[in-house]
Amino acid sequence: MSNKVIHAIYNDDDILMDAVKKTKAAHHHIEEVFTPFPVHGLDKAMGIAPTRIAICAFIYGLCGLTFGTFLMNYVMILDWPQDIGGKPSFSYIQNMPAFVPIMFEETVFFAAHLMVITFYMRSRLWPFKSAENPDVRTTDDHFLMEVAVHNNEQELVSFFESTGAVEVKVIEKHD
Amino acid sequence: MYTFSSKLKTFSFILMILGILGIGYGFLTAPKTNEDVEKILAANEHGGHHASAAHGEAPAHAEAPAHEEAPIHAEAPKAAVPAKAAPAESHDAATHDVAVKDSVNEVVDTVKVEVVAAPIVHKMEKPVSEAEAHAAHQEHLAHVLHQLQNKPWSALYVACIFFMLITMGVLAFYAIQQVAQAGWSPVLFRVMQGITAYLPVGSTIFFIVLILCGLHMNHMFPWLAKGVTEHGSANYDHIIAGKSGYLNFPFWIIRAAVFLLGWNLYRYFSRRNCLAQDESNDNSFYKKNFNISAMFLVFFIVTESIMSWDWIMSLDPHWFSTLFGWYVFASFFVSGITTICMITIYLKGKGYLEHVNSSHIHDLAKFMFGISVFWTYLWFSQFMLIWYADIPEEVTYFVTRIEHYNLPFFGAVVMNFVFPILILINTDFKRITWVLVMAGTVILLGHYIDFFNMIMPATVGDQWFIGISEISSVFFFLGLFIFVVFSALTKAPLLPKRNPYIEESKHFHY
Repeated sequence: MSNKVIHAIYNDDDILMDAVKKTKAAHHHIEEVFTPFPVHGLDKAMGIAPTRIAICAFIYGLCGLTFGTFLMNYVMILDWPQDIGGKPSFSYIQNMPAFVPIMFEETVFFAAHLMVITFYMRSRLWPFKSAENPDVRTTDDHFLMEVAVHNNEQELVSFFESTGAVEVKVIEKHD
Repeated sequence: MYTFSSKLKTFSFILMILGILGIGYGFLTAPKTNEDVEKILAANEHGGHHASAAHGEAPAHAEAPAHEEAPIHAEAPKAAVPAKAAPAESHDAATHDVAVKDSVNEVVDTVKVEVVAAPIVHKMEKPVSEAEAHAAHQEHLAHVLHQLQNKPWSALYVACIFFMLITMGVLAFYAIQQVAQAGWSPVLFRVMQGITAYLPVGSTIFFIVLILCGLHMNHMFPWLAKGVTEHGSANYDHIIAGKSGYLNFPFWIIRAAVFLLGWNLYRYFSRRNCLAQDESNDNSFYKKNFNISAMFLVFFIVTESIMSWDWIMSLDPHWFSTLFGWYVFASFFVSGITTICMITIYLKGKGYLEHVNSSHIHDLAKFMFGISVFWTYLWFSQFMLIWYADIPEEVTYFVTRIEHYNLPFFGAVVMNFVFPILILINTDFKRITWVLVMAGTVILLGHYIDFFNMIMPATVGDQWFIGISEISSVFFFLGLFIFVVFSALTKAPLLPKRNPYIEESKHFHY
């Protein structure tokens, strides 16, 4: 079976938003939308599930807090509890105020970096990755909606032409 | 227009009446003489005190800064003539025996607090003669008497300053919203103006309390005591005498008058301009409000800092901290924002705020969250810097709090930081009414405790208790606050008409 998709191209984000809503209302499955900048509300209109990256960041932060606590407890209290300037190194809690800056920074460090790495992995971004750009204009000033064709090519083309698209292309996908 | 529900009005009256009764009870039952104190101490002694003495720790009597500060012992000269007042009084033998033991401990404590070195304590313990012990005991009684007499006053003072500063937090937030030309908040301006209507009432009561302190009705401000700055007086305190250029009653009360007047003037004119803007054809009143808000913020930040030294830090006149003003500010600023949030939720629930949506509430919740963390940052910075360097003259402040106020001191951090950060970090939770009401209640109680921790250790020391006086004072001011705020809300429409940002605010969504 051939793997045909429609590329409907728009030159305004408001028209794009209307087109997305109409497409959803007509029950055509939107494969992907390419935009040069974030369009507010596009994810909601497309019905994309909310991101869970904040939850990841929270858990990473807890890991960082645990690591910072463990590190300072092992180094300063358990391994070699020296008297450094009269600071009480008998138990963790007694010397905790001195460790709080480290615990805090470890929390932020883990939360931030691991969240960013998670983002790269989940959105498949890395150096030397080949770009998946279907039309170079979408990084500049055009918006592109991609919809799969299921033997209804004519109907889809006329549908997208009615949504204000400046260009509607039928493309054979090879992947 | 909002109508004050009769249920809420009745509720506020009940709170005020209960509060007044409790406050009166607190004042009437405060001990009047050393003998009363002796009885109270003896009762405590037979109560659970032996248990704590048993495990070898020094009894938790002496309260460091207050004790060092001779000035509050107005009756110290009497104690200086020990022999006459001796056991001749009708103390029974047992009480006296306990009392002498107690007084030895007391001397030990006093020395310990001042020097914080155990060996000297033991040296001191032996040469104490019977007469000296008795004198020390009388001094101890006078000291505890003052603490106990301060209790109802301090309870009143904490509640009074707390509710007044909540309105100042709201007023500062309101001025910031005006100056920042915030697009989301104009629908809440009338709610904020309603809350700040408490300011004139609260500041009048507060000013009267300050004057009563100046008239020696209580011993809360040690530097206000008689003879503190006079050479040769039994109360002479050279540290306070050195600060008397700043800490003297006339200058102090004039400062208070100027600050309170300045804040009230801004509130008055800002509200008047806002109401005038509703009826005008151009934006001139809006621009006026912008200008006076900017000027107010400059005035506010200067006066706020000085206010915190005058009304809170000077309770411990031997201690000082540079970020104290910010710390106090963060505490009442977050309380103010929380109050806005709670009252908005209440009014919204009653159907009076048509244009307030969950995004406005969400924004308020974000401020509650953020400023709670900011408060914690300042709390910790102040604590950690002093703990780390451990300079004796500074660290006594925290030593007394950790020793005698352990639960309130650390409990405040849990209530004001741990709880809000875990609850309000979630975006969905910031839109759920009951979650916000719960978090807001904990934050407000936590900041009451915070003010309690700032004020009580200096005035009542280890004699603190959250009992009838404290709860009644909160009830009274809460009742008054509810009555004044909701009465003020009935006086103007809850939606400003011609604010340039009102349309944006109505359609705000996040």
